[in-house]
Amino acid sequence: MIYNIKRDHARFRSIVKGRIKQDLKKYVTHGEMIGRKGKDTVTIPIPQIEIPRFRFGDKDAGGVGQGEGKPGDPVGQGDEQPGQGEAGNQGADHLLEVDLTLQELAEILGEELELPKIEPRGHKTVKSKTERYTGIASEGPNSLRHFKRTFKEALKRQIATGTYNPERPVVIPVKRDLRYRSWKTEVRHENNAVIIYMMDVSGSMGDEQKEIVRTEAFWIDTWLRSQYKGIETRYIIHDATAREVDEETFFKTRESGGTLISSAYKLCEKIIETDYAPSDWNIYPFHFSDGDNWSGEDTRLCLELMDKSLLNKCNVFCYGQVESRYGSGQFYKDLKEHYGGEHDSVILSKIENKEGILQSIKDFLGKGR
Amino acid sequence: MSSEYMSSALPPELARYRDEIRRYAEEYGLDFFETIFEMVDYEQINSLAALGGFPVRYPHWRFGMDYDQLSKGYEWGLQKIYEMVINTDPSYAYLMKSNNIVDQKMVMAHVYGHVDFFKNNTWFSKTNRKMLDTMANHAVKIRNYMDLYGQDTVENFIDHCLSIENLIDPHLPFTAGSKTVREEDEEPRAIEAGRLKSDRNYMDRYINPPEFLEEQRKRQREDRQKLRKNPPTPQKDILQFLLENAPLEDWQQECLSIIRDEAYYFVPQMQTKIMNEGWASYWHSKIMTRRALKDSEVIDFADHHAGTMAMAPGRINPYKVGVELFRDIEERWDKGRFGKEYDDCDDMVAKARWDRQLGLGRQKIFEVRRVCNDVTFIDEYLTEEFVERFKMYTYAFNRRTNQYEITDRDFKKVKEKLLFQLTNMGQPFILVTDGNFQNKGELLLWHKHQGLDLDVRWARETMRALAEIWRRPVNVETEVDGQKKLLTQANGEFSEKFL
Repeated sequence: MIYNIKRDHARFRSIVKGRIKQDLKKYVTHGEMIGRKGKDTVTIPIPQIEIPRFRFGDKDAGGVGQGEGKPGDPVGQGDEQPGQGEAGNQGADHLLEVDLTLQELAEILGEELELPKIEPRGHKTVKSKTERYTGIASEGPNSLRHFKRTFKEALKRQIATGTYNPERPVVIPVKRDLRYRSWKTEVRHENNAVIIYMMDVSGSMGDEQKEIVRTEAFWIDTWLRSQYKGIETRYIIHDATAREVDEETFFKTRESGGTLISSAYKLCEKIIETDYAPSDWNIYPFHFSDGDNWSGEDTRLCLELMDKSLLNKCNVFCYGQVESRYGSGQFYKDLKEHYGGEHDSVILSKIENKEGILQSIKDFLGKGR
Repeated sequence: MSSEYMSSALPPELARYRDEIRRYAEEYGLDFFETIFEMVDYEQINSLAALGGFPVRYPHWRFGMDYDQLSKGYEWGLQKIYEMVINTDPSYAYLMKSNNIVDQKMVMAHVYGHVDFFKNNTWFSKTNRKMLDTMANHAVKIRNYMDLYGQDTVENFIDHCLSIENLIDPHLPFTAGSKTVREEDEEPRAIEAGRLKSDRNYMDRYINPPEFLEEQRKRQREDRQKLRKNPPTPQKDILQFLLENAPLEDWQQECLSIIRDEAYYFVPQMQTKIMNEGWASYWHSKIMTRRALKDSEVIDFADHHAGTMAMAPGRINPYKVGVELFRDIEERWDKGRFGKEYDDCDDMVAKARWDRQLGLGRQKIFEVRRVCNDVTFIDEYLTEEFVERFKMYTYAFNRRTNQYEITDRDFKKVKEKLLFQLTNMGQPFILVTDGNFQNKGELLLWHKHQGLDLDVRWARETMRALAEIWRRPVNVETEVDGQKKLLTQANGEFSEKFL
């Protein structure tokens, strides 16, 4: 039947992606890429294109509802999310949203960007233990008591001792009849991975740039987590010196002063050396900066560090350059000159603004390494 | 039909249930078109729903967008379409293959309610019941244009048309024909231009040479033509005005006309959302609980029924309001709770016990389903007791707290707000007043302000689309914060000025 819906669908997807009919692009409502984040779920908006019409200003309109409450009480969440409206484009108050688990989100992301599944490298040396309730034991907590087996034991005992009366089939378990479920520990060998995020927090990196890094890091995390069972993340911030921080500090810190990128790379190398043997780990360093390094000398040092040590240890080394008004973007050029556009284990990406995030994620993860 | 659309006919078990339910519906006095049920899977029903119920529509991305939302919603387990029925003769209704038997029975009962409504409600009396074919023909035409002029060109034009597809006159189908155009009537004969007075008839043809008089007359006619406004009175059907007056190529004319036809087709369904769903729900619950339900099915039915009737806070559920209002009317007319005597009664106890045992309820709701639309339904039958019983309130956006808040529970205000939302389907009244504005061939529209301002950003975009069709500047006269304002879209530039 109606197979032309697939064509309409493909066409809609192309418009949303900006491939055709660019003038409609401005009516696409995306909203923020990460919505509100619950425990394990995120709310993401479904892209929509709204055909412009004459209409009333939404906020003026109000309406009629049903339910409890007295005048002045906030109305429960209807289809319009107050506060959400400012995000994104005009008309964002008609945003469609869905709640998804991170796993689902990763699948959608992979599908959307046509990301290849990652081929893990190294031996499966990392052990992960899982516990499965497959056995039966005669000791255990009450919450694990196995009723059927317990009564079976009791029945066996009663028959053996001749106290079972088929006319009056009452089975009463005593203490030694009790049976409990018990677990076995299974050891599995898995590929393990670590993501090392590095970010330039020098004065030239503004809030907007950090927001881009935060969003991008979120998606990279989500994807890699869907590919590897256990994954660790480490965070390094640097200006002229580098230090390791926790996630929150990573995204919030703002320093001033100069930039020595090599300081971060040195620290990264050290972390790998101490904690992550390249034979056992898949290692993903991501470095975000506005491309302003202190000196050519330092850049040479960086390249040397990468060539001699980092590149041999990592699956890929990713450098994302966030455009900023103050940055010269020189570092990108230097890297590009040194490694060329298509290097096996160095991926460079320029992120001009929020819209560029998806493309950049695709750059980074599109190789399946 | 069934082979063409690859949906399948009813399996014997469901066919038996269909016959049973149809019999009950007929016994209750429902009067419907022949209704053909088709079995579809979720992908088919999502496609159909995206296409507005019609299996063949012209290619357009927005159908793809709706499909995208529906199928994502389904795959992620957020929503599911239970029933769909098209207003045609015969009517087509779709049943989802994966639904259980109770759901199928309930849907069938619900569908017969809808089809009875389609057939008998007066607001549907002018709709094209062969729309299935008409839509398919539209699809063929537009596909041909796309082959000839390119998909982008045609689709872009359709996008522009869709921006204004709501600028039609829902009452037009009921007034057409009564409007007589008086072309030459007002030709004033009294003053004949340029004629000099003379009391000597034989001199007349020298003093007033006929050629000269003819020329004068012609010029006068032209002047009048210029002065005569087009349209003579503000016109609500802007699409019609554009069809007659915009400089369109043949294929554009045809596309616009197609959009207009399809828009008119969907109008009655939008005008009767509450009633239509209410009526169908009334009958599915009556037929199911009184006749068709087996004991073992009660739980499933109650569960599903409760699901459709659930009220999300802050919104009204048309199913719920509709069905309860019909039940309320039935009860009031059964017990005689209407008319002056009842309204004037101040004794609350007497009112609560009021029962004249008239038994007119059933008859009354059939009458209501024939003559009302949502506006008259609410206006006529929403009562203070009802608003109170169902805890209805008005809400508004509070800029200070940046959230929607309950504002009032007063009956009058609730009713007023509800009517406002329903009037003109909640959209601003826009009329065309002049097709030759400022004598420069510009288009002038008028927003009949009724308390709410236009959203200017959306107006700007809409006017841009309109200017693509009119190909001359487009103006909208409106009010912003109590001041008259003229919005202008000219040569790609948007401007606004106070009048």
